[in-house]
Amino acid sequence: MIHSPAPLPDPLQEWLNARGWALHPHQQAMLDAAQDPATLLIAPTGGGKTLSGFLPTLAELTAEPRAGLHTLYVSPLKALAADIRRNLQTPIAEAGLPIRVEDRTGDTSASARKRQRADPPHILLTTPESLALLLSYEDAPRIFAGLQRVVVDEIHALAESKRGDQLMLALSRLQALCPDLRRVGLSATVEDPDAIARYLAYHPDPCRVLLADPGPTPDIALLDVPQSPPWAGGGGRYAIPAVLEAIEAHRTTLIFHNTRAQAELFFHDLWLANSKALPIGIHHGSLSREQRTRVEDAMVAGDLRAIVCTGSLDLGIDWGDVDLVIQVGAPKNIKRLVQRIGRANHRYNAPSKARLVPANRFELVECHAALDAVREGTLDGEPRGDGPRDVLCQHILIAACAGPFHADALFAQVTSVGAYASLDREGFDACLDFCATGGYALRSYDRWQRLVQRPDGLWQLRDPRAARQIRMNIGTIMDTDTLKVRMRGRGGAPLGEVEEAFAATLTPGDTFLIGGQIVRYEGLREMTVEVSRRGGTTPKIATFMGTKFATSTRLTERILDMFQQDDWPRLPGHTRDWLHLQRRISRLPRGDRLLIESFPYDGRPHTCIYGFAGRNAMQTLGLLVTQKMEDLGLGPLGFTATDYAVLVWSVDPIDDPAPLFEGEDLRAGFETWLAGNAVMKRTFKASAVISGLIDRQSPGKRKTGRQATFSSDILYDTLRKYDPDHLLLQITREEARRGLVDFGRIEDMIIRTRGRVDHVQLGRVTPLAAPLMLEPNRVPVKGAGQERILAEAAQKLIKAAGLPA
Amino acid sequence: MNHYAFTFRGAALRALPSGALWWPDESMLCVSDLHFGKSERVARRTGNILPPYDGHETLARLDADLAETAAQNVICLGDSFDDISAAAQLPTELNDWLARLITVRDWVWIEGNHDPGPLGLPGRHAPSANIGPLHFRHIAMPDTESEVSGHFHPKARFGFKGGTVSRACFLIDSQRIVMPAYGTYTGGLWTTDPVLMALMKPDAIAVLTGPNAQAIPMPRQRSHPRTRTLRAGVKRNA
Repeated sequence: MIHSPAPLPDPLQEWLNARGWALHPHQQAMLDAAQDPATLLIAPTGGGKTLSGFLPTLAELTAEPRAGLHTLYVSPLKALAADIRRNLQTPIAEAGLPIRVEDRTGDTSASARKRQRADPPHILLTTPESLALLLSYEDAPRIFAGLQRVVVDEIHALAESKRGDQLMLALSRLQALCPDLRRVGLSATVEDPDAIARYLAYHPDPCRVLLADPGPTPDIALLDVPQSPPWAGGGGRYAIPAVLEAIEAHRTTLIFHNTRAQAELFFHDLWLANSKALPIGIHHGSLSREQRTRVEDAMVAGDLRAIVCTGSLDLGIDWGDVDLVIQVGAPKNIKRLVQRIGRANHRYNAPSKARLVPANRFELVECHAALDAVREGTLDGEPRGDGPRDVLCQHILIAACAGPFHADALFAQVTSVGAYASLDREGFDACLDFCATGGYALRSYDRWQRLVQRPDGLWQLRDPRAARQIRMNIGTIMDTDTLKVRMRGRGGAPLGEVEEAFAATLTPGDTFLIGGQIVRYEGLREMTVEVSRRGGTTPKIATFMGTKFATSTRLTERILDMFQQDDWPRLPGHTRDWLHLQRRISRLPRGDRLLIESFPYDGRPHTCIYGFAGRNAMQTLGLLVTQKMEDLGLGPLGFTATDYAVLVWSVDPIDDPAPLFEGEDLRAGFETWLAGNAVMKRTFKASAVISGLIDRQSPGKRKTGRQATFSSDILYDTLRKYDPDHLLLQITREEARRGLVDFGRIEDMIIRTRGRVDHVQLGRVTPLAAPLMLEPNRVPVKGAGQERILAEAAQKLIKAAGLPA
Repeated sequence: MNHYAFTFRGAALRALPSGALWWPDESMLCVSDLHFGKSERVARRTGNILPPYDGHETLARLDADLAETAAQNVICLGDSFDDISAAAQLPTELNDWLARLITVRDWVWIEGNHDPGPLGLPGRHAPSANIGPLHFRHIAMPDTESEVSGHFHPKARFGFKGGTVSRACFLIDSQRIVMPAYGTYTGGLWTTDPVLMALMKPDAIAVLTGPNAQAIPMPRQRSHPRTRTLRAGVKRNA
């Protein structure tokens, strides 16, 4: 379908003219493609992407004013919805367009939501979760009557998580309500636009992909730091003087970190070194909304010279003034790096400027590999698997809340979603059965089914009151259990939140960092951690929730390729020498072989396995290998894992490592290991909540104490023992192939190396293994050894307390 | 079998890692808060359909403890059933299994707050029981000596160099024993809860259940929010 350029209605064209603005070519292209059933726009940050999505809506509503909902906009961020509303108000007000725009998120007041249901605006801005909630109401068909367009913003980010799957299932339902619904996706640069297009479109219909001019090549390099990076660690704090200089030399700098804890530590030290008192802020997802809003507002007002941040600023408001992005720590993922670089977009058509700060020597190698990839324009990305079934279970329950449904019709809708296109009827029925009866081998809930089939064949809730509970559990975001942190005293300022497990380790007087300040733990009140400002000098490191990314497959491949070079002229001297030394003393790891080094250290045998499978998979490998060592009686004591290697220490040495890495054996070990592993249990818990087996634990609910919660660990153990083929265990195993367990990458490693194991036995630590000795995240092996340590600790305590042992 | 042996009011007792209390001299095994029928009650009242195997799991552990100790006498310390209706609707196979265990022993059901009154199962029923120097009842009385009770489902968190565990536990001082819950889907009350802190003497110990019965001083410092979550009597791989 090729159209001649679609004209804009007069008021809109005149408004543009009055401003002296012309449309970007991709904005015109979006207008031209307005009638397509599905369109995907790929455009860099700052390219007026969002306006491109709304232009056809503004044009249609101006040309033919009408009542009722016309366009639904869905974004992953609540803040983005509110920001877009403000941005749309300007042309609407100034051009006098007859259009009402409102946002609807978790922050919208109950009265506003009620009004929106009764009288929807022309344009509704919302999130996947709020949309799912809207669709769970009986009056959903009335709310969405007449809907013409849906705009999915930042679809590349949504497509990486279950939130996107939930959204696409919601769109399938919307499409059934409004058959003429047109879909628009807005995406940052991605490696495979067609995959996103298939993800967005009504399957198997085509989707037009529009590529905006990507703009000039970014100016990207390592930050020039006179000091060499340390051997291990992730802070990048050695670079603070150079970072301060860079901040001073630019208007506004974003300083990205990979984890919230690192951002806190860096910010703290940056502030101490900030002798010129440059205005610098900190922003991450564990800070209170008040804190984040304050920083965002200061940023918009141009009051800040720099923000230390995490992925919380990967998406969202385009801050026009950012002219430098600094990435501290290895970028882990080329695509994300490119997207972050795009945040420095002070002028469209001016090159973005970014500098990398490797936190240690190994990261220096990784940063070089990433820079090469960016210059060559290659991106990484793991292909998406099939749509997860726990999200489908939730979708079925939501459908039941809206009213009785026909299984055939719902199945047809679900398979119109790209990610669920290959789902067969049997698979769907298993999910429906799970929602209805629990799907247990032991059929024991005949009287208390959740969904029942009526004589006319439709499915409905047994007890309509259950709808309330299902609605409360909508969503696929898993909050780790966190506790709010607040200054002590009446009306003490909220600071943010920390993980409950971290809070449990605190005793009054302990200090930790949050929001850039050292606070002193005073005690727990209700569900809040109370702190005071009396800070000490050596704070504990708070553990925050938040994703920890593994280095992508593509990036590790590039690093392994780099190792095959004879020399590394572009690397700094210290790093070059380090790699040469490693090659002389041992070997450098290769992609098609598995290097394993054994050596004594500190009186114990150590073994380092260079698996290069990313930190999650390497962590899993550490657990599997130590379990196998325990079986062999080698007395494993602990291990530490990085993106590249896992280091294991034990009572007895590993003489022949080859049998440890035989695929079948490892897979069998994996199955057994499923039994007791904590990471596996966390994976199960997430699916149990999403699929509606157990309730989400909201802090409010816990406070009342009335809502009893179940230990998902016990449910998991029980299911494994009595119903090992249960749907939820199948889902858990599927999930374990990626994510935190990432077993899929271990299998890739085994296939890649095919039993070609190089075992190097040496008298001392090798250069490449040395940094691992300094890694702080050491995991003790919880085997017979741990029980022994526990018993010793307990006896000591009993004795100290003067109690009879 | 590993256990924690102690003498309480002259009785030589053993706290077993499963959460049962074994009194060899009386050939008596005491378990508390079995909560049979919990998953069904949850389905009935909330709509959550949990794996319906909690009864099997609880009974399997009880069977194993009985086989191991060859106990001739059993005391169930109340809240054996999640409610009266759960007791009436126990699946036939569990009912038969339980009946097989009961008939060859002297079996006493103590009443609990979840299951007052007589139940339709063999065995004797009583509001409380006295055996030798010890009083067995469901809920602890404030002024008492030599009492064994249940009800609170105590659990303790223990941090040591190398890890932290949280496990269901016995609480023991010179005057009373508070039993852990034996049922599979049962939660717990932290030992730091004011109720338990007030109930137990300052020198009370907690015996952790799990792989080993392990005694520690009763944790009293509240470093964890006061929540009552339901969890197992025995938590492995914690």
